[in-house]
Amino acid sequence: MAKRTMVEAINLALQQEMTNDPSVLILGEDIGKDGGVFRVTQGLIEQFGEKRVVDTPVSESAIVGLAIGLAVYGLRPIAEIQFEGFSFAALEQLSCHASRIRTRTRGRYQCPLVVRIPYGGGIRAPEHHSDSNEAHFVHIPGLKVVVPSTPYEAKGLLLSAIRDPDPVIFMEPKRIYRALREEVPDDEYSIPLDRARVVGDGSDVTLIAWGAMLHVTLQAAKLMAAKGISSEIIDLRTLSPLDSNTLIDSVKKTKRAVVVHEAPRSCGVGAEIVARINEMALVYLEAPVERVTGFDTVTPLPKLEKLYLPDVGRVVHAIDRVMNF
Amino acid sequence: MPRKTIKDFNVERLQILDEHGVCDEELRPPLSDAQIRSLYEWMILARVFDEKAYKLQREGRLGTYASILGQEAAQIASALALEPSDWMFPSFREPGASMVRGLPLRMILQYWSGDERGSIIPQGQNDFPISIPVATQIPIGAGVAWGAKYKGDNIAVLVFLGDGATSKGDFHEGLNAAGVFSLPVVFFCQNNQWAISVPRHRQTAAETLAQKAIAYGFPGIQVDGNDVFAVYSATDEALKRARAGKGPTLIEAVTYRIGDHTTADDATRYRSTEEVAEWKNKDPIDRLIKYMATKKLWDEAYGQKVTAQARERVEAAVNEQENTPAADAKDIFLHTFQELPAELARQLEAFLNEIGQRDGNGAHNG
Repeated sequence: MAKRTMVEAINLALQQEMTNDPSVLILGEDIGKDGGVFRVTQGLIEQFGEKRVVDTPVSESAIVGLAIGLAVYGLRPIAEIQFEGFSFAALEQLSCHASRIRTRTRGRYQCPLVVRIPYGGGIRAPEHHSDSNEAHFVHIPGLKVVVPSTPYEAKGLLLSAIRDPDPVIFMEPKRIYRALREEVPDDEYSIPLDRARVVGDGSDVTLIAWGAMLHVTLQAAKLMAAKGISSEIIDLRTLSPLDSNTLIDSVKKTKRAVVVHEAPRSCGVGAEIVARINEMALVYLEAPVERVTGFDTVTPLPKLEKLYLPDVGRVVHAIDRVMNF
Repeated sequence: MPRKTIKDFNVERLQILDEHGVCDEELRPPLSDAQIRSLYEWMILARVFDEKAYKLQREGRLGTYASILGQEAAQIASALALEPSDWMFPSFREPGASMVRGLPLRMILQYWSGDERGSIIPQGQNDFPISIPVATQIPIGAGVAWGAKYKGDNIAVLVFLGDGATSKGDFHEGLNAAGVFSLPVVFFCQNNQWAISVPRHRQTAAETLAQKAIAYGFPGIQVDGNDVFAVYSATDEALKRARAGKGPTLIEAVTYRIGDHTTADDATRYRSTEEVAEWKNKDPIDRLIKYMATKKLWDEAYGQKVTAQARERVEAAVNEQENTPAADAKDIFLHTFQELPAELARQLEAFLNEIGQRDGNGAHNG
């Protein structure tokens, strides 16, 4: 066992699954000799060669379209889109083909494809490098959408994503690519794609987050604990399909909830979570569910980015509001 | 330093059988009499099917349908050049190619009647279902070609597209990547002159569509798309190149959409009857008949027999399709993922309960 960053954990998962399964290949921009702009694929071209680690032209639609063809032909492609802001060019392929081919052919063809997308803000990057566009993918039936929140989680979830028989959008919160290290076993393990994770038991309020926001939420919970408020924290892990049961069980227990996400507020995944709580646990609630989110604005450039991203203070205030309703 | 030409390009056009039925025997592909009859018989079947589909739509018995009238040679002769192990990617105007490949006529009608089960391509037939969004099938077809190359399978992929598709980003991205990776794929463009109401010259200022291949680093050729021999010959050559590891080819088959864009369109709004009449004189079946007659491969009796058999086959398919029970409401849900997620199971259960209570007859929507 070794302490690893998320970048290293993902790299290890790729390396192990490419070793296990010769039908796994990876494709994307600058993923070969350069090792990816975040170095996630570092060393893989040396180990597996140019046949299985393939630098592509700057063509996001072709990267995903080619990967769909590879998947339909029985391979297990893992495509990298360099930044979430460039994933829009691939939406047509994902929405019109990857997500539908199983339904359209009633299972005659399937599309076991992973699209890895570094996403989100907080790294002082240029325009179009800081968005949280997970809701775009969640709204496409037939896609699974996964967001790891720690190095350990990233490895286990990615192994499941690669082995999944359906297309998986694997969104990597780039802000925590290297922000923390934790024990990540060398041995293989997988984490199911349909179960949220209860990070810490609590009794007063349920806090729901994913990706980088989990850590902001954990800090807020720590501050609240000092004030005697006990938070139960849920790391959603898989945004689609969404694990309602874990959320609802927790909300029924705590009777209060706050959802935290970076993405714009309206029709964000938080809106769906609030709706599900309303449908399945409304009568248990002691306060309206609060959302701490980005705004319905363009993600600002680095000088104003900190104001846009939910921070510990905003989460603390939201918890205060639900506790004092 | 004077400017100098560093590259010079030519674009070839291939015609073997002209509109009068005159054939260049030296260029004619080495097809047996039986194969020539087969070309003819498939084209008649496609035309009879097309007429019937149009009528069914007008009678309210079929949904929107995209006619192939006038384009039979382009799609039949190209599909006949494929081996069963090859893959084919239709756009949405290739029922002729699909029937050649083995898709039952019943299923083609089933799809256009609004039933996804018409896209359950039979096992052993290596074809993708049709792609409605223009050009999106191109990168996927290239991806299948990549898969074959990766696994060392000696096959080629034939991807159909239209003239309008050459204006889309996926055309560029797909052909560009196919060139870079030297993939075993043939891009077959049915240039039928019209993308709904927009004429070919509004899609590109380039003189030919074939020349677009040059920019991607592989050959492009223009063929008379109403000439079965030119289409067969060029496709056969390109598929052999692909299977031999020599990379992609773009074929521009110049043809004409005699009918409307679909049954929901009225082409008289944007093009002249003179233009349509001019192209009717270049009909692909008429010229093959003329040629076959001179070779004693065709006479009235044979022609009548082929048409009668085609009608019989199409009628049987219509009958079979119209007697196919509708799918179950569960069918909407069950194939979204390999395993039904909990939330979808909840939605399905709630829906079945609701329609069960409303109709008192369970889940059936037939």
